[in-house]
Amino acid sequence: MFVIIRDLIRFNIEFAIGLILVGIVVFFACLSAFSPVDPSMIYVAPPDQPPSWDYWFGTNSRGQDMFWQLSFAFRNTLLFGLTVAVISRMISITIGLLSGYLGGPVDRVLMFFNDIFVALPIFPILVLFYFVMRNDLNTVNLAILMACLGWAYDARLIRSVALGLRYREFTRHAVFSGMSSPKIMFQEHLPYVMPIIFSTAMANMIWAIGLEVTLAVLGFTNINIPTVGTTLYWANNHSAMVVGVWWWLVIPVILIVMTFIGLFLLAVSLNEYIDPRSRLRRMGL
Amino acid sequence: MIMTTMQTDDVLTVKGLKAYYKMGYFGIEREVRAVDDVTMSIRRNEIYGIAGESSSGKTSLIKTFAAAIRPPLQIVGGSMTYRFGDKIIDPYAATKAQVDAIRWKNMSYIMQGSMSVLNPVRKIRRAFRDFALRPMGLNERQFWLAVSQHLERLNLPERVLNSYPHELSGGMRQRVTIALATVCRPQFIIADEPTTALDVVVQKDVLAMIRDVQREIGSSVVFVTHDMSVHANIADRIGIVYAGRLVEEGPTRTLFTAPRHPYTAHLVASLPRIGDLSKKPSLDGRPPNLADPPKGCRFHPRCPMAVAKCATEVPPMETIGPDHRSACWRADEVRPLTTLGKPQEARV
Amino acid sequence: MTALLDVKSVSKEFSSGGILSREKVKAVVDVSFTLRDDTPEIFTIIGESGSGKTTLARMILGLEVPTNGDILFDNQGARERRGRAARLAFMKRVQPVFQNPFEAFNPLKQVDRYLVSTARALLGATTEDEIDKAMDDALQKVGLSLAEIKGRYAHELSGGQLQRVAIARALIPNPALLIADEPVSMVDASLRMSIVNLLRDLRDTYGVSVIYITHDLATAYYISDRLIIMQRGHVVEMGPARAVLEAPEHPYSQLLRASILSVDDAGMGNLKPADRTLAEAAWNDTGTGQLVERPDGRMVRRAIVSSPFTADA
Repeated sequence: MFVIIRDLIRFNIEFAIGLILVGIVVFFACLSAFSPVDPSMIYVAPPDQPPSWDYWFGTNSRGQDMFWQLSFAFRNTLLFGLTVAVISRMISITIGLLSGYLGGPVDRVLMFFNDIFVALPIFPILVLFYFVMRNDLNTVNLAILMACLGWAYDARLIRSVALGLRYREFTRHAVFSGMSSPKIMFQEHLPYVMPIIFSTAMANMIWAIGLEVTLAVLGFTNINIPTVGTTLYWANNHSAMVVGVWWWLVIPVILIVMTFIGLFLLAVSLNEYIDPRSRLRRMGL
Repeated sequence: MIMTTMQTDDVLTVKGLKAYYKMGYFGIEREVRAVDDVTMSIRRNEIYGIAGESSSGKTSLIKTFAAAIRPPLQIVGGSMTYRFGDKIIDPYAATKAQVDAIRWKNMSYIMQGSMSVLNPVRKIRRAFRDFALRPMGLNERQFWLAVSQHLERLNLPERVLNSYPHELSGGMRQRVTIALATVCRPQFIIADEPTTALDVVVQKDVLAMIRDVQREIGSSVVFVTHDMSVHANIADRIGIVYAGRLVEEGPTRTLFTAPRHPYTAHLVASLPRIGDLSKKPSLDGRPPNLADPPKGCRFHPRCPMAVAKCATEVPPMETIGPDHRSACWRADEVRPLTTLGKPQEARV
Repeated sequence: MTALLDVKSVSKEFSSGGILSREKVKAVVDVSFTLRDDTPEIFTIIGESGSGKTTLARMILGLEVPTNGDILFDNQGARERRGRAARLAFMKRVQPVFQNPFEAFNPLKQVDRYLVSTARALLGATTEDEIDKAMDDALQKVGLSLAEIKGRYAHELSGGQLQRVAIARALIPNPALLIADEPVSMVDASLRMSIVNLLRDLRDTYGVSVIYITHDLATAYYISDRLIIMQRGHVVEMGPARAVLEAPEHPYSQLLRASILSVDDAGMGNLKPADRTLAEAAWNDTGTGQLVERPDGRMVRRAIVSSPFTADA
């Protein structure tokens, strides 16, 4: 694993840039652990201060130090994205492999539900949940909800790979070696879908964070929890651009763009890497 | 002075040809010596069989012949010259236009998978037009006349022109690709495992067709297959390729009755034959990895006759009989491991 | 005598095409044969592509259900083998050998994992030592050893070695029957005979019966005891391998025999096509008639109208 990452950094410039961008944002988010202020408090600092040595990212109109505020926001947002990606990957792996390997009626039933989930209009459903749950819709609940809505497309992708693997001779060989179906699915077939899982996980994080930002900006989440979305919501609420507090908007936008580009580059370079490397290894070179 | 007359009779002359795959992915640099120091020539009006196992470099060799190599495969050394009538051309020194001018007109291919030549959504007629119209330099009317005469000579019904590839059987498709490859009456034809995917009954017919059309237009065919029994029946001369090198070359009957390389002797002896119940030998070990081939003779780790010298020095390809060359330090001592049965009939 | 494998008038139809134009394709039609459990033998199924030989093998392995007829193994049909325990018990007795050894092993996994799993699930070995011993014993039978194989990946071995590992794996539960579908067609020429000789040794030394499926008449002649020749799902000739291949009687068998490229003719350029009338007779009469017993013990498909006299003509 370490060797792989070292080689990737050395030979793949996209991966290196992606890693640096994501690394910066993750490091920044980790700083929240050392924050001297509570992010839920308001008017703890002089409001509307531009970036300076005292307040690196300035302060907002609600009297919060933007540096620490954004550090919490990014921690929450990244954790949120990661939770959605991990949970939705687990669902799509299970559904995809089951459907592809078992085939027949199991496949038809699972893919029937899968297609429903692909077709569902996610945004209105999330808004509906917000109106029903209001402030119970915290980050964790929202993450689980979005994971439950965001697995379907990738499950179909995984199924198509598993479907091909099912007819490979080594699968039949495994069956006649007495391996059970779960063993075949999760030990023989899972390594083949790992590349897909890695790259779709990044894409899924981008999707989840983007949707969270959209919901929060419109006020359809619990706005008291600092996230990138709620930061933008409050900035908009206080007409930050109009009153000239540009740093309230510009800095989080720059950081979130860095995150997206970083994740995108990681997804692309991992995909590019796994393919030829594994081919080379299998060729015995 | 015999040499000069021989040379004018050669369609393709290859000297010390080396073609390697050079690959580098994320810090792993590899060099695979797929064609290593091959010297040979293909004469006018003969079928030259190239025999070799999987990943022995035989496919790379004919790609090199066809001037169809692409990175990562590249020419590392040696020369290759075609002589078409009084036109002499080295495809790797010539311009792209010059190479394109000999394609199909002077040099064509019969591929393994006929589907890769025939576009599945286009009628056969279209394939003839795309491949052959320009090289033949005829007007439409004369061209289609020539095509239908050619099909008639090959006993193919003219209606195949109006079929789609999937409407034809595998054998018929392969016959169509042979017709397509020979319609311009090229002097040089490369056939890459053209019958491997076919059933035994069809295989024999297709082989006969290749041989007949070759005799009719007097061209040279390089016929590649791993199947020694196909070579036995179609080739005039055979070159045995092992691990990127030519190890033995000679007239077909000679190679089968008096092989002078231990690898050839083994290949011939291991072929089961109906009417022969003697136990067939098998060879241990594995074909070498071309990224890291053994030193000296590449066959020595598996060779029952290997001596110390074989592990250190590469045996040169030496003439040991009429038309017969072998690259083995102990070529004089190699004896056939089996005797063939009586042939059924002489060449027609 | 009891039957090890009893194939009783087995047929298999596949339906193909869309919803509107359903076509039935008869892959296997009314095939019967029996393998005895007291005499190990190599039983060969010869056929070209589309002859139904692979479908027949898949039915014997329980991977397809026959449309008609029954396949009894140890007097038990596929329908009686419900549940995982019954299937494992079946796999303990019948094992497949696959066509392409490079495909039969997961390239991302070590090859010995299939052997370990077989020893554990089918032989019931539990301790590390038992498993290692079972693997080593089986690998010794094919001329390999555990030390050579342990921890290796498929790409580190040659096709011949891999195919031997695959056969060793199949031998771990001490099966009574191996079903080998074109086991040498993807193996290089210089390694091919090692596999063919191995199948012969398994029969002679370890008493394992082998169903050898191939299109290659020469290797069939070399190793088999009995054979059937299939043409588009029908058995056209069946009997002692050497007698049938030396003097085939059914026109289709004769056609196959005549189409072999003989090595004895090397360099003679003998590509004279097989007799056309023979070929047409073979294809026109596909599937007509019934199997008639001949004096030397073989069965040949003959037209129904023929009287006993013409059958001998």
